[in-house]
Amino acid sequence: MEGNHNICTGCGLLCDDIEVELEKEIVNKVYTACRVGVAHMKEGSREASFLVDGKPVDEPAAIEKAAEILKNAKNPLIFGLGTSTNEAQKKAIELAKKLNATLDDTSSFCLGPVVEALLQEKFKTCTLDDVRHKGDVMVFWGADPSDSHPRHLSKFSYFPRGEQKQRGWEEERTAIAIDIRKSHTAKICGNYFFQIPPGGDAEFINALIDGVSGKLPKTSYGYPPKKLLELANILKGAKFGTIFMGLGLLYSLENLDPIIRLVEVLNEKAKGEFHLIPMVGHYNMRGFNQNLFAETGYVNSVKFENGEAKHGPEYSTVEALKAKTVDAALIIGSDPLASLPRSIAKNLLDIPIISIDPCETLTSKKAKVYFGNAISGVECGGTATRMDGVEVSFNPIIETKRPSDEEILTKLTEAL
Amino acid sequence: MTSTMELYQLLPKTNCKECGKTSCMAFAAGLMAREFMPDDCPPLKNDPKYKESYEKISGMFSTTEGATETGLIVHEELCFGCGNCVVACPVNVANDPYGAGSGKAPQKVEKLILIIEDGIVKAQNVEECRRFGKNKILCNGCIVTCPVEAIEFV
Ligand code: SF4
Ligand code: SF4
Ligand code: SF4
Ligand code: SF4
Repeated sequence: MEGNHNICTGCGLLCDDIEVELEKEIVNKVYTACRVGVAHMKEGSREASFLVDGKPVDEPAAIEKAAEILKNAKNPLIFGLGTSTNEAQKKAIELAKKLNATLDDTSSFCLGPVVEALLQEKFKTCTLDDVRHKGDVMVFWGADPSDSHPRHLSKFSYFPRGEQKQRGWEEERTAIAIDIRKSHTAKICGNYFFQIPPGGDAEFINALIDGVSGKLPKTSYGYPPKKLLELANILKGAKFGTIFMGLGLLYSLENLDPIIRLVEVLNEKAKGEFHLIPMVGHYNMRGFNQNLFAETGYVNSVKFENGEAKHGPEYSTVEALKAKTVDAALIIGSDPLASLPRSIAKNLLDIPIISIDPCETLTSKKAKVYFGNAISGVECGGTATRMDGVEVSFNPIIETKRPSDEEILTKLTEAL
Repeated sequence: MTSTMELYQLLPKTNCKECGKTSCMAFAAGLMAREFMPDDCPPLKNDPKYKESYEKISGMFSTTEGATETGLIVHEELCFGCGNCVVACPVNVANDPYGAGSGKAPQKVEKLILIIEDGIVKAQNVEECRRFGKNKILCNGCIVTCPVEAIEFV
């Protein structure tokens, strides 16, 4: 961080170069952040808000009611935390242990498996700063950072000058998009956009492995071998290559083996090194995965029993709700009623919900107890883990009367 | 975008040199480079027989709505502040290699053409843009790097 710059917690990039002008404790002007980041930072500064059954109460009353719900539950679910600081996440893990709760985040239906494989060192990875300084070939696969992480290409992966990349993107970098549709990112990649049919990723990977290994690359959908070979040769020629893996690729694969194998083969056959970075969206989802991994050896979907963690798909939010094994839900910074499939979300309505969220959401409206907390990164500080694993710490930009989720979780733990 | 040829077609084509240039063609090129304004051609301005052409040309040069004096238009409703254009613009890179040129917050804001303010690109110092002035080149750095075609030159 240089000068008095702020961190933006609008997405997994955690941009560290944001200048903010305040007027009467309200964010007035924001420089260098993208539109998503600006909207995020300008959201803050509202009154504190605690509701029980939709009626305003004071904080102790809300804590008391929430503690009662959790005490009475045999198997509460604690869910969310992708937009919480490391400190709040660790509190939630502690609380889950104490309550013998099921603990999960959105990564169980998102990029969790990739982060898990990364933490188990199943493939080579690197930081975004490495990519900026050295990267010559970058592949956006099933990912559209122009939409999900707006400054990804301008701050790290394509356009900026770096230590070993002084001559600029036109000469020294090749950006490639592999996707089922022409995304905004694909548009920037121009001739290096490779459009494949839905579900065609695994075959495309195998064909690329063949191409890189000097065999004729073939796909059942007749992708022109010449184009595939052209791509294989670019990858092979890379000195410092990176695949940015998005949900599009993950959802299309039955398991991660093909993509892990491709990275391996590229490291064997390519001129230089090849890396893989999952395109984690929420600003601290990777942090949650790492914190839980450090504590239990798993990145999500755990159930605590007498301090020990059990792990399995049945402890993921989706499966636990489907099987109705959880009897209360503490949801932090997430809106599962809006984001989960209806058939699963409706089971949530049968159990008491405690919602901790800076914004009013569908879930918060249906909650028995609602805490309107401070926006993490805007109204309260802490540390977080960037999408590439770099730890970033930040101070609040503006003051607020609202408590942070960390404070609420601490008080809840004490009240039990 | 307007071409030199198009402008030439609207001039008197008499090569009278009153504008100080040796030919109407040269004057048209000057117009393109924004070194001249239509009013700098006296016959065009004063002779009623060129009235229609004069109005047409003047229309092209009266600063188009929202356009800067060099013709750069930002479609604010499309721009989402990704900063690609800011980091790719060769003038920004040359004037602020360790700030904007390296993908970071500007260190020399006053020397940049493109900056991001409140999540939207803002053009300033447009006279520095490589598309204009005496040594202009057909730079398209900010156009090809924009995912949503939010920058245009008229
Ligand atoms: S790219 Fe992400 S972190 Fe950076 S300014 Fe935009 S929203 Fe914030
Ligand atoms: S003054 Fe007008 S008519 Fe005469 S040479 Fe210049 S452009 Fe042509
Ligand atoms: S045309 Fe070139 S010099 Fe002018 S603003 Fe765009 S990128 Fe910069
Ligand atoms: S590249 Fe386009 S969308 Fe991005 S900041 Fe520039 S004008 Fe806006």
